Amino acid sequence: MAGVRFVARQLHTEYATRHDTKLDSVVSVRHALLALLSEGPKYGLQLREEFEVRTGEVWPLNVGQVYTTLQRLERDGFVESDGAGEGPQKAFQITDSGAAELAGWLRLPPDLSSPPRDELVIKVLVAIRLPGVDVHEVIQVHRRYLVQLMQEWTRIKESSAESDVNLALAVDAELFRLDSVVRWLDSADGRLKRAAVDGQIRPAGQVQPDRAPLPKQRRRIGARG
Amino acid sequence: MSVLELRVVSKVYGQGAAEVRALDQVSLSVDEGAMVAVMGPSGSGKSTLLTIAGTLEEPTGGQVFVRGADLAGLSRNEKARLRRRTIGYVFQDYNLLPGLTAAENVSLPLELDGWSARKARAAGLAVLEELGLADRAERYPDQLSGGERQRVAIARAVVGGRQLLLADEPSGALDSVNAEGIMRLLHEACKGKRAGAAGGRMAAVVVTHDAQLASWADRVVFLRDGRVTDQTVPAPGPESLLTQGRPQ
Repeated sequence: MAGVRFVARQLHTEYATRHDTKLDSVVSVRHALLALLSEGPKYGLQLREEFEVRTGEVWPLNVGQVYTTLQRLERDGFVESDGAGEGPQKAFQITDSGAAELAGWLRLPPDLSSPPRDELVIKVLVAIRLPGVDVHEVIQVHRRYLVQLMQEWTRIKESSAESDVNLALAVDAELFRLDSVVRWLDSADGRLKRAAVDGQIRPAGQVQPDRAPLPKQRRRIGARG
Repeated sequence: MSVLELRVVSKVYGQGAAEVRALDQVSLSVDEGAMVAVMGPSGSGKSTLLTIAGTLEEPTGGQVFVRGADLAGLSRNEKARLRRRTIGYVFQDYNLLPGLTAAENVSLPLELDGWSARKARAAGLAVLEELGLADRAERYPDQLSGGERQRVAIARAVVGGRQLLLADEPSGALDSVNAEGIMRLLHEACKGKRAGAAGGRMAAVVVTHDAQLASWADRVVFLRDGRVTDQTVPAPGPESLLTQGRPQ
């Protein structure tokens, strides 16, 4: 399983969007710890261990992150410690307002309404008009890399027991995420091919005549990140 | 040893202004025990590649070898025999005969090849059992779920120890969990873990536009406008990811 954890550490940030990292570092860990504490009082080290097991060991967590998160949860009144010991000897339990917070979070839709600032989208947009660059070749380089990552993940799923549902779920989440990026590349490839046939795409430096200013709605896309 | 080899294969339909180049100088070699996925958008030539590899169509240029035999040198009858004995096909819509039970569907290709009904049935049942379908043997296709139908179709494609499996969007009609089951099965068939093991390891070519399915393959070949534009490099072990950067 060490191998799995290792791969995850390397791959998780690749092709990630700002949304992914934000959710991962701020929201998910906090609420995952609350979920574990809703089963009964637990120690910090125990929480880290259980978090990793339940996420199929795909998302590693360092113990410092656990204690920082616990401190914040305590400050916000969502957990309380028994105060019996210091550091690792300290057990935490969830409060009523922590349980309410957890229940609310489970049903809260993630913030997917505004487009994240996606590095790959920007690269493709830049490549379209860059002289001497074949945008289709750029797309293919990323497509190949993504499919190779997906092969890696599939190998992990394949080599683990079919009964390891936690790992399969976590790997599936990663596969679906990478797959959606491949699909976007496929669609961009097809759209650019058609646009080139229709003469909508011109080489760099050539001014497009009769170009109307972008509507406000369109200008906002990609501004957030 | 290479089970399938395409050497600079082209396929052109029509002439003059109506000429369509479905495949343009495609070279591809698939070794025993390997599963290769061919990925590309609609109209990129994926299905043409498969029909040519399966001897169902002839290329207009280049050579095709199946287990070292140049298809151009084979008679009609020899090609038909090759299709019966060496090559198995799996289609998106299963193509099972509705009037036959699962066991009859699976043993049919052996009977057509001259096996006795008894021996063909025994071989068919053995493969169905390997694929976990022993209790479905006497059911008709319309009494099976989509995933089961496709597993019966795979049993029919591998029965008799065939060596080359050609699949066109084999899980396109299935939900993702069933689709994964089908790809896992095909991959295991190539690795000699399940059906087909008796006749040595198989080679498989799977055509798909779905990256999740393609990722089950050992190698993914990308097709675009009839040309092979790129392919994945063999996956490195997890250790080598340490030094691997992003694509430049």
